[in-house]
Amino acid sequence: MEVPVVRNILEANDRISAQLRKLFAQHRILVLNLISSPGSGKTSTLERTLTDLAGEFKMAVIEGDLRTDNDARRVAATGAQAVQINTDGACHLDSSMIQEALEAIDLSGLDILFVENVGNLVCPAEFEVGEDYKVSLLSVTEGDDKPEKYPLLFAESAVMLLNKTDLLPYVDFDMARAERFARALNKDIAVFPVSCRSREGLGAWYDWLRDKVREKKNA
Amino acid sequence: MHEMSIAQSLVAIIKEEMEKHGLTRLHAVRVCHGRLAALVPEALSFAFEACTLGTPLEGVQLEMQDIPIVLRCSQCATEFSPEEGDLFMPCPKCGEGLGHEVLQGKELYLDNIEAE
Ligand SMILES: Nc1nc2c(ncn2[C@@H]2O[C@H](COP(=O)(O)OP(=O)(O)OP(=O)(O)O)[C@@H](O)[C@H]2O)c(=O)[nH]1
Ligand SMILES: [Mg+2]
Ligand SMILES: [Zn+2]
Repeated sequence: MEVPVVRNILEANDRISAQLRKLFAQHRILVLNLISSPGSGKTSTLERTLTDLAGEFKMAVIEGDLRTDNDARRVAATGAQAVQINTDGACHLDSSMIQEALEAIDLSGLDILFVENVGNLVCPAEFEVGEDYKVSLLSVTEGDDKPEKYPLLFAESAVMLLNKTDLLPYVDFDMARAERFARALNKDIAVFPVSCRSREGLGAWYDWLRDKVREKKNA
Repeated sequence: MHEMSIAQSLVAIIKEEMEKHGLTRLHAVRVCHGRLAALVPEALSFAFEACTLGTPLEGVQLEMQDIPIVLRCSQCATEFSPEEGDLFMPCPKCGEGLGHEVLQGKELYLDNIEAE
């Protein structure tokens, strides 16, 4: 016989994600899920952010990588709490991995928890990890058509950081084109051109973070 | 390759549904996926096969149905399906190109199973 089911296949992950969201809401912690291709500058952005805002916020990082704890060591060098998850081949983090990693994080007094996802523009977009917002990064060396090729991620992100703007003179990356594609399905996405090398543009990103922390505290 | 995680979740849901309805032999499974969800059907079939090998679910073929993308224009609220390969086409009625709402196309669900 035919049995109608109609159940979301990712419901188990979504359920844990909802539990995490509740936990983070109780602690009033802003949680951001950072997603990009390998090498776009997620860890570099975190190193800058954790250093520059160290006096303002208490921050922690969960690092997802296929293997090695290089990124966790890089961000821990800024003084922030950092936990490494090795996904052992899996191309994305899921909620149960975050749940496990939280055992090693002291949530009390925390203002922001960053989750650096595995470098990949496709899979992480499908798996929530209890975040308030997805933050996508795109570096100018990757081509301005990425939001067109990977529409789901950019449609679901609250922020698109366009990183490595110091390299703009050497590549033909059309900032307006990248922004137009990102806005096609997401009019309100905040777009911040930044360079982790020269530090240009980071101020606007920090102001966005300040706003969102304030909102979370007053929620 | 998130199809392996999807296949594992799928198997868990199928087992639950079969138990709930007192069914023991699975014949068919139908999965619906939105075109925005970036699912690779061949990869899911392969992963499902790998996950069910040596279990009572072994040998069942997945039937996959894709769901077209439907957008609502941010200006005039016209609903339209962008043409294949032209996701970012402007609204066919008013020409607006920005901020369309995705009404359909992100789904990923188990639609039904056939079993006895
Ligand atoms: N020129 C330039 N290089 C940058 C910038 N930001 C990062 N890089 C370099 O890009 C490389 C990759 O940066 P990461 O921060 O490790 O990138 P990631 O996204 O964390 O990489 P994965 O974790 O491996 O996915 C490093 O060599 C950085 O020094 C930038 O703004 N300008
Ligand atoms: Mg990194
Ligand atoms: Zn219109």
